[in-house]
Amino acid sequence: MSLDTQNEPAIELVGIDKTFGTVHANKNINLTVAKGSIHGIIGENGAGKSTLMSILYGFYQADHGEIRISGKPVSIRDSQTAISSGIGMVHQHFMLVENFTVLENVMLGAEGGQLLRKGVASARKELKRLEDDYGLEVDPDAVIEELPVGNQQRVEILKALYRGAEILILDEPTGVLTPAEADHLFKVLRVLRDQGKTIILITHKLREIMAITDTVSVMRRGEMVATRKTSETTVEELAELMVGRRVLLRVEKGEANPGKVLLSVKNLTVKDSRGVTMVDDVSFDVRAGEIVGIAGVAGNGQSELLEAIAGIRKPTSGEILIDGKPIAGADPAALRELGLAHIPEDRHHMGLVLKFEEYENSILGYHRDARYGRGAMLNLDGIRKSAEEQIAKYDIRPPNPRLKTANFSGGNQQKIVVAREIERDPTVLIIGQPTRGVDIGAIEFIHKRIIEMRDAGKAVLLVSVELDEIRSLSDRILVMFAGKVVGEKSGEAGEQTLGLMMAGIAA
Amino acid sequence: MSTASVPLPAWINYGVIPLINLILAFFFSGLVVWLIGENPFEALKYLVIGALGRGEGIGFTLFYTTSFIFTGLSVAVAIHAGLFNIGSEGQAYLGGLGAALVALSLDHYVPWYVTMPFAVIGAALFGAACAAIPAWLQAYRGSHIVITTIMFNFIVSSLMNYLLVRVLIVPKAMAPESRTFLEGGQMPKLDWLISMFGGKLGAAPLNFSFLIALVMCYLVWLLIWRTKLGYEMRTLGHSPTAAGYAGMSYKKIVMITMLISGGLAGMMALNPVMGASARLQIEFVGGAGFVGIAVSLMGRNHPAGIVLSALLFGILYQGGAELSFDMPAITRDMIVVIQGMVILFAGALEYMLRPAIVRAYQQITGK
Repeated sequence: MSLDTQNEPAIELVGIDKTFGTVHANKNINLTVAKGSIHGIIGENGAGKSTLMSILYGFYQADHGEIRISGKPVSIRDSQTAISSGIGMVHQHFMLVENFTVLENVMLGAEGGQLLRKGVASARKELKRLEDDYGLEVDPDAVIEELPVGNQQRVEILKALYRGAEILILDEPTGVLTPAEADHLFKVLRVLRDQGKTIILITHKLREIMAITDTVSVMRRGEMVATRKTSETTVEELAELMVGRRVLLRVEKGEANPGKVLLSVKNLTVKDSRGVTMVDDVSFDVRAGEIVGIAGVAGNGQSELLEAIAGIRKPTSGEILIDGKPIAGADPAALRELGLAHIPEDRHHMGLVLKFEEYENSILGYHRDARYGRGAMLNLDGIRKSAEEQIAKYDIRPPNPRLKTANFSGGNQQKIVVAREIERDPTVLIIGQPTRGVDIGAIEFIHKRIIEMRDAGKAVLLVSVELDEIRSLSDRILVMFAGKVVGEKSGEAGEQTLGLMMAGIAA
Repeated sequence: MSTASVPLPAWINYGVIPLINLILAFFFSGLVVWLIGENPFEALKYLVIGALGRGEGIGFTLFYTTSFIFTGLSVAVAIHAGLFNIGSEGQAYLGGLGAALVALSLDHYVPWYVTMPFAVIGAALFGAACAAIPAWLQAYRGSHIVITTIMFNFIVSSLMNYLLVRVLIVPKAMAPESRTFLEGGQMPKLDWLISMFGGKLGAAPLNFSFLIALVMCYLVWLLIWRTKLGYEMRTLGHSPTAAGYAGMSYKKIVMITMLISGGLAGMMALNPVMGASARLQIEFVGGAGFVGIAVSLMGRNHPAGIVLSALLFGILYQGGAELSFDMPAITRDMIVVIQGMVILFAGALEYMLRPAIVRAYQQITGK
């Protein structure tokens, strides 16, 4: 490698433009990433980050513009050319064959010949070298599905390095990690950078940007609105650039005034369809006027706990009481009658029917209500009118109850669910991942509504994998690990303490 | 984002695209006709004139249309709840037994309009009964409804064979069929409807069932888009998890939907049994249940679309029969090929041309 290419930027995007139908996803994007640096790209959902990276990785072709790698213009037609140009991608959802070993996954697509034996031997050697060089220890013979998520991600990184990647793109890499795993990932990324690799980190978490990147670019509505040196910017400035207006990052809330117990869970055990215990002898109370947060890494039983309380999943044993009344065997419809509202974790599959028009979703679960139509019939005019009221009150955009729900953005879809559940004035509100895939502006709005519910004397149970969200909203925090509640902390508990508990290390 | 999610105006979605698909289907059918050495334009002329040229042709066309509307609605109702009812054929067959039993017991004593409501109920009940066991197996045991409804087609077929050969047959007669119903057990012909347009019904069996079919279209529309039950069915059809979240009972909805679906299929029997032959004959359904699947898919599972696609298949049936009469080289099997082309292009390949049409639309509108 000659000296002058050494000084060339690793990646230059010049005037990248891409439209899909009527959507202008990338508008004249210019971006320069220096070799041997960690560059963050931040922006709300739908800002065009993923499109831009997909163009760089060859999933899409830009309508206009040029990509230069180490100063040379390249045309990236598919992921094969991306890989041969030295670009590796670590996807948010891992692209691994679950029942293959680490080694088999790393080799995939680079087997070297018809027979495996020779390829396997050399791959094993190369893998060992990569692991040593970058501190990425994984057992090459472990089967993927038996590895913890953090290690699976390491395999993704190893896969890219094995293919000779000089530039690594990581798409929301910490979404599935515990804080400790995320810290380890950042360590690895620093080592990679120090050894001359270039890293592009796509995220919506401002804290991560501040913690690890050297430079950061902000995207908004398909445009690259700013690029800053990380050391010369602040979280507040970045947030403002992302949203285009000032945002409150810290939720403002007063003291809680807990009243009587409205939701009580006693020795609840839930098994899944395979008979695996997902919720293990869990007990807690939620009082009127308080928010109880359940922290934990995804997959530790929080989802099953929520579904059991909501009546969707049958508990194996234990008891759930709403306002002192046991609700054994009640279905979700009966629970709604009792004043339980449920904002589910997964709005795409549970909270909404994406093919329905907005107004149809505004009554999901409450459609049997007399106010939405007498007897067997639906009163469409009345439903549309009440949908319009919710749209106005929750600032759902575009304000069109006849629009198909799939055509709303993630944040607005979530607002449709939140509006429907809160507007019924429930006594107990259970919430799963209220702001997953939701833009900052809508997060602020939804958090405010949740605090309002608390202040109105409702019992709120909040499950989230975003530790920041749990900490800023909850009055009390329970930590779940492997189906058990491993501890309870006040809302002021430190991130480290909670992080350790989430990893099952300290109770 | 691909072209699949680009919204097109309704007149393109429901007008231009089906029309182009239909033209393509006829083009390839024409190619087949030409390959066997006949003139495709002549053939098309025979087909259209045969189906729509005279009052009698129209009467036959609408007679077939009536059967296809019933079975099309039957399939559509199930599809809205995410259930694929392949059993309309057997449900219609058993529905015939219900209609015939009513007609046989009442035709001596009362006029047709008294028999009619009981016959409708009888046909619907027997059709629903035929769908009930597959529905129960799906709802409570998880047995796939496609498999069980197919099996029930065979079960019903054997049962009807037995009943017609051993029980309902007229003593000493050769044909496995019931006795002919008296006028009190028949649906009146709709001569007046054709006369209104200046035609003559002649021997065509178009009968009162046609009007029942149209009423059912309206009722199905009302059910699917205007009732709470229909809302629950559509929710289940789009997203079973969302239905569970909303507290809708999967078992209940599956049972009710399939009973309605089977009932609609059963009513199809009114048309041939009480309207045309005035007796219960063996294999009277003649594939109309399966055609209902194509009719429903082509009609986008909407009653208005089902009327139109049922009409198209009615034209193909009647026109096809005339065509094979006028052009002996084109046999009944050829007609099935042509019908297959229509199903292929207008049903299965429905979205084949969509991307191109989206691009053309975008260029024209400059978006």
